Amino acid sequence: MTNTEVLIHDLVEKHGKNRNALMPVLQGVVACEKFLSEEAMVAVARELDLSAADVYGTASFYTFLDTKPRGKNIIRVCKTISCHMQGKEAIIKAIESHLMVKTGETSPDKKFTLLTANCLGWCHKGPVMLINDEVFPSITSEKAIEIIEEFAKKTI
Amino acid sequence: MSKYMVNLKINNTAIQVEEGTSILDAAKLLNFKIPTLCNHPDLSVAGNCRVCVVEVKGARLLAASCATPVSEGMEVNTNSEKVRIARKHIIELLLSEHNVDCTKCFKNGHCELQELASEYRFGDHIFIDLVKDRDKLRDISSPSISRDASKCIRCQRCVRTCDELQSVSALAVINKGDHQTISTFLNKPLNDVVCTNCGQCINRCPTGALYERNYMEEVWNAIYDPNKFVVVETAPATRVALGEDLGIDTGKRVTGKMVSALRKMGFNKVLDTDFTADLTIMEEGTELLTRLKRAIVDKDETVKLPLMTSCSPGWVKFQEHMYPELIDNLSSCKSPQQMFGALAKTYYADKINIKAENMVVVSIMPCTAKKFECNRSEMRDSGFKDVDYVLTTRELAMMIKQAGIEFDKLEDESYDSILGESTGAAVIFGTTGGVMEAALRTAYEIITGHEVPFTNLNIQPVRGMEGVKEASIKIKNTLPDWNFLEGVELKVAVAHGLANAKQLMEVVKSGKATYHFIEVMGCPGGCIGGGGQPIPTSAEIRKRRAEAIYAEDMGKTIRKSHENPEVVEVYKEYLTNPLGHKSHELLHTHYKVRKRY
Repeated sequence: MTNTEVLIHDLVEKHGKNRNALMPVLQGVVACEKFLSEEAMVAVARELDLSAADVYGTASFYTFLDTKPRGKNIIRVCKTISCHMQGKEAIIKAIESHLMVKTGETSPDKKFTLLTANCLGWCHKGPVMLINDEVFPSITSEKAIEIIEEFAKKTI
Repeated sequence: MSKYMVNLKINNTAIQVEEGTSILDAAKLLNFKIPTLCNHPDLSVAGNCRVCVVEVKGARLLAASCATPVSEGMEVNTNSEKVRIARKHIIELLLSEHNVDCTKCFKNGHCELQELASEYRFGDHIFIDLVKDRDKLRDISSPSISRDASKCIRCQRCVRTCDELQSVSALAVINKGDHQTISTFLNKPLNDVVCTNCGQCINRCPTGALYERNYMEEVWNAIYDPNKFVVVETAPATRVALGEDLGIDTGKRVTGKMVSALRKMGFNKVLDTDFTADLTIMEEGTELLTRLKRAIVDKDETVKLPLMTSCSPGWVKFQEHMYPELIDNLSSCKSPQQMFGALAKTYYADKINIKAENMVVVSIMPCTAKKFECNRSEMRDSGFKDVDYVLTTRELAMMIKQAGIEFDKLEDESYDSILGESTGAAVIFGTTGGVMEAALRTAYEIITGHEVPFTNLNIQPVRGMEGVKEASIKIKNTLPDWNFLEGVELKVAVAHGLANAKQLMEVVKSGKATYHFIEVMGCPGGCIGGGGQPIPTSAEIRKRRAEAIYAEDMGKTIRKSHENPEVVEVYKEYLTNPLGHKSHELLHTHYKVRKRY
């Protein structure tokens, strides 16, 4: 068994083989591998006796269940109206030029993927940035890059 | 158990219906037609197209009548001003996302969205056209089923069909919101995924988003080619459904008219797949008895039982994908369609002095999976592609119209000979339980010398629309050769629709099943409900077609496959005996393990 198959096997042991185990299993895979590969979706389908199309359908519905390869850290900058009015555009530009990527891309060292997100519910403290599961409110361009550098140091 | 009755008014008319009835069904009882698109009698309720909205007094919003149950004192209006405006807007919104190229569409004239649009007579479009990449959204990878996402209105009938009726789920809802599409795993071509080609999705698609890969032009070209000798074979289930597409009532048999039309279209010989259905019984029946002998007399533990039928190519491909461990349980017999092609281009071509390379075999099938089957690499045992083109019942109806033939005025004609004679046992191949019944009629008589112990040869326990049927026959007074079967209770099971087949396969896989022989047909109701049959389909329509099949059987003078004089003749002249050398070469095949994922 490959590492992915072992991971999924363990997740299914934990969450069960019912259809309602699909979401936690997919979330578990994303937590470890940052995205759902074809291999992972097939393994999940096999373990839960679902069709692969069914698993892909569910994954494609949720923004946070990515089906494209992602970096070790995923940066999401809120793009919704409050954060927009508080200057998210400048922050995105700063991150883009710092990491030398466009939004949606992964840095060459595979440490970061830069994405935008819909409202994260921090309108009172925008602009807001999310790295993996951690929220960073009221950021400036400088602060964003500082935080990203700290993550870079922690990431092997 | 007594059911609660609910009183309500629809369009000011009072009605009492059972609790739980939808507004849509209650309105139907009063003959008020409410338009629908996502709703289908064979499927669960989705309520996503919103075309069936009605006004319920006191409710703030319009209600989807298919998904709203009646309640006591409810007052419904199905055609108020508010309803009419909303419904028009809903249809126009669907059209704004639909590639409206009706004149070029394969479903032209058979499209439920087109029908609604024609009822409402929209003038200018009030919404902008949202279809992007209209020419890039076609998937024609499959030899059976084509998809055109630019025509899809996302009603999800296909998704529900593939899941609920077939338990395959090759199609699913992908993405969300305005990016939502109906697609396959990672949007792979249909030919590369788990699709069995059954075509049930086509039967239920309300638009031209799903349709058969059609070969009408290829067949016309063959007919017009003076160097080609074009032979046509017709499946059992086509003769009880073709009329539906040509203005004739459901359940009316049109065998003689169909033969006449095919001759008028210019086919050189009009022959019958029913002939090879009888032949299949000889081969498959012998295969069953051989496997039983190996198991009981030789105590051979490697012999695979239960034997499973292999006539339905959708079912065969399902098994190759889903239950590779049971693949050797499938009968090695080719389907009647393919047996016909292999014999036509060898034995028959020689007999009528035609070179096989100049012969074109066309088959008329109630099926889309047959198109895939004839393209399988194993199906070239004559040295050529055994069956060149497969047309659905629907395609044949279109070609008959194109030829300007007034179908209802045709006189009945008979099939050509040889390979045209058939028995009642062959005709019933067209409906669930039929192959089993035909096999039992012959096998029992081979073993005992007596007819099966059922009134008029009608083996009722394997008939009907129950999802999985079981039956058993106690074998008594065997002939000397078959002594080892004396007292054996022959146990059989029959399933139709792949969801039912899956249930049955799970029992077999668990080792708890004690069946000797299993018949599976991939489509609900068997071939009469096939993916190539006239649209629409429903339980009632399938029942009427099945009744017609049994009527055709009763009308035949010979009703047992082994008594078909042409079958006897072909064995005498060419094949020698069932499972003989020639049979193995031409009439049997093998299967491939395919990936489920």
